[in-house]
Amino acid sequence: MIVHLIEFLRHRLKRVIQICCIILALVVGFDALLLDKGKAHTAAENMWGFWALFGFVSCVVIIFVSKWFGKLGITRREDYYDR
Amino acid sequence: MTADLWLHPGLILLAGALVLPLVKGRLFRLYLLLVPMLAFGAVLVMPQGVFGVVPFLEWDLTFGRVDRLSLVFAYIMTLMCIIGTLYGLHGDNPFEMVAAWIYVAGSLGVIFAGDFLVLFLFWEIMAFSSVFLVWFRDRPESVWAGFRYLLVHAAGGMVLLAGIVLLYHATGDLGFHQLDVSRPTLPVYLILAGFILNAAVPPLHAWLPDAYGEATVSGAVFMCAFTTKTAVYALARGFAGMEILIPLGVVMALYGVVYAVLENDARRLLAYHIISQVGYMVAGVGIGTELAINGACAHAFAHILYKGLLFMGVGSVLYMTGKSRFTDLGGLYSRMPRALIFTLIGGLSISAFPLFSGFVSKSMIVAAGFDDHLYWAAFLLSLASAGTFLHTGLKVPYFIWFGKNNCTKDTWEKAEDPPLHMQLAMGIAAFLCIFIGVYTPYLYDMLPYAVAYAPYTAYHVTESLQILLFTALGFFIFLKKLTPGPVISLDLDWFYRMGGRVFLLGAQKGMDYLSARANKYLGEALPRRLNTFSQSAPARLSLLLIRPLWYLTGVPVKGQDGVEKRFTDNFNQSLFTIGSSAVFIILVLMVLLFFIT
Repeated sequence: MIVHLIEFLRHRLKRVIQICCIILALVVGFDALLLDKGKAHTAAENMWGFWALFGFVSCVVIIFVSKWFGKLGITRREDYYDR
Repeated sequence: MTADLWLHPGLILLAGALVLPLVKGRLFRLYLLLVPMLAFGAVLVMPQGVFGVVPFLEWDLTFGRVDRLSLVFAYIMTLMCIIGTLYGLHGDNPFEMVAAWIYVAGSLGVIFAGDFLVLFLFWEIMAFSSVFLVWFRDRPESVWAGFRYLLVHAAGGMVLLAGIVLLYHATGDLGFHQLDVSRPTLPVYLILAGFILNAAVPPLHAWLPDAYGEATVSGAVFMCAFTTKTAVYALARGFAGMEILIPLGVVMALYGVVYAVLENDARRLLAYHIISQVGYMVAGVGIGTELAINGACAHAFAHILYKGLLFMGVGSVLYMTGKSRFTDLGGLYSRMPRALIFTLIGGLSISAFPLFSGFVSKSMIVAAGFDDHLYWAAFLLSLASAGTFLHTGLKVPYFIWFGKNNCTKDTWEKAEDPPLHMQLAMGIAAFLCIFIGVYTPYLYDMLPYAVAYAPYTAYHVTESLQILLFTALGFFIFLKKLTPGPVISLDLDWFYRMGGRVFLLGAQKGMDYLSARANKYLGEALPRRLNTFSQSAPARLSLLLIRPLWYLTGVPVKGQDGVEKRFTDNFNQSLFTIGSSAVFIILVLMVLLFFIT
């Protein structure tokens, strides 16, 4: 059953991506138009889509900083310890 | 009366473990399940109070201090013991469960310890029993990793013991309660060092991915639950509100995430995320408010379940295929669909997705940070949670069950959903992950302080969904960047590997320099000077004595025809008459005599 569902979705990958994009837009739209920002901790959060931007930037920062860090001599060939 | 009835759940496990090798045949599996259930039952019916006080030499040792803080940890630990034992029910090696139960008993001993002496005893039992869960994997790498693990923990134990002894010397009190964290003294710092080593706070963390990545399939499920969370309990008990723990916790949360990007082995990736998640708890203990301590306990509770679930999910792939590296796996969704679903639930829980357990626990710590105006800490912890979803929620399932199929024919054929008892264990953990996320009073009613926190507000849900969904967007945009390669990452060993190299280079260059200098001065310049000195010194010395006499007699001294030149020529050609030699000798002797007397 699980396999069927996954294959069903994989065969309609384009539609799945479209739906995901719509969900992203809906979440940001909800944040911009309807959400009561009374619970915000800082002033910056009143900007619409603040946490969406935060999430995306975090993701990019983590990927690139880690890759840069790895290139400083952290990542090695798998047989490093055997040599 | 109740004091007489009090039964230490650790004792049940300890006794159970000792009898276990004798149980054979059909009873074996029943017995395996019965013992942890009895321990869990003992925790369920346990009243609060102080029990098990044993006089020993001049002290009263307390084995059973039961309050809300110890109960919540004991509850989840015995529950996890049931799940872990169910997962390892195939029992390829019965001694694996013996080690695991003694290990859990050690954790429970620490949780209920009322004084530092009892705590130290069980602290060491934990280290010395859990190492077998690494050794039982029977690979040369696991033997080495086990020894490293044991050495690190023995060293940490010694530091802890030193702190305990000094503290007892200073205060005369062995009781394990909140220490003075506003004016910490040396013993307090030593005890803290012992605790944070077990909590895997960098730079005392490298043992964790090293050992957990090498442990047996079910051994890792136990290990990921107990050592670090026992340390979190000990920190919450003794060091609540110690401010240095806040930056340490934040560093942990980010450190684990960075290493997870680089990691190719799925279990080592999960191990790095333990460091990251325990970072939240350590930061929570450092903040030290009621909300933060509640958050640390709640997160430890949720963490034990979802991390156990993740290790079971990835462990089942390792159990079936013998592989745990992303570069050996991929595209397995059609072969192991149930393992995928369970791992996904674990991944969504650790990522704090709404309706999953992490959402109701992790957010308490972040909220406590915001409430305390520690904005930098709260924002950085939020950033780390994006990283958590990126790796555990997305990278692990994607590169094992989807993505490029790197499986060999052999791996592909072996891959199928694991035996029923493993699925059942994962099912229970997965159910609890969702149950905690949906029905918050279950967890919140167990926490040490009354909870006034409501996770399901429109703002919080929208905030979390935005962070997580846009992290997912970033994942799919930069998918190529995240594809793991066949590499390993150096951790703390970088320092001694690179340090060794720097030392070698320094020693070589330094020695070359020293050798050149020595040759120049000792080998060449010094003999030359000695030579000149020995050649001309007698003449010069004699001149020094005789020159005043010449001046007195008025003979020409300097110049081509002077006596000085004739004298030195005579000297160089050794043409001295015996008479003048004798005069000089007498003169020198008289000078010497004059100085000596």
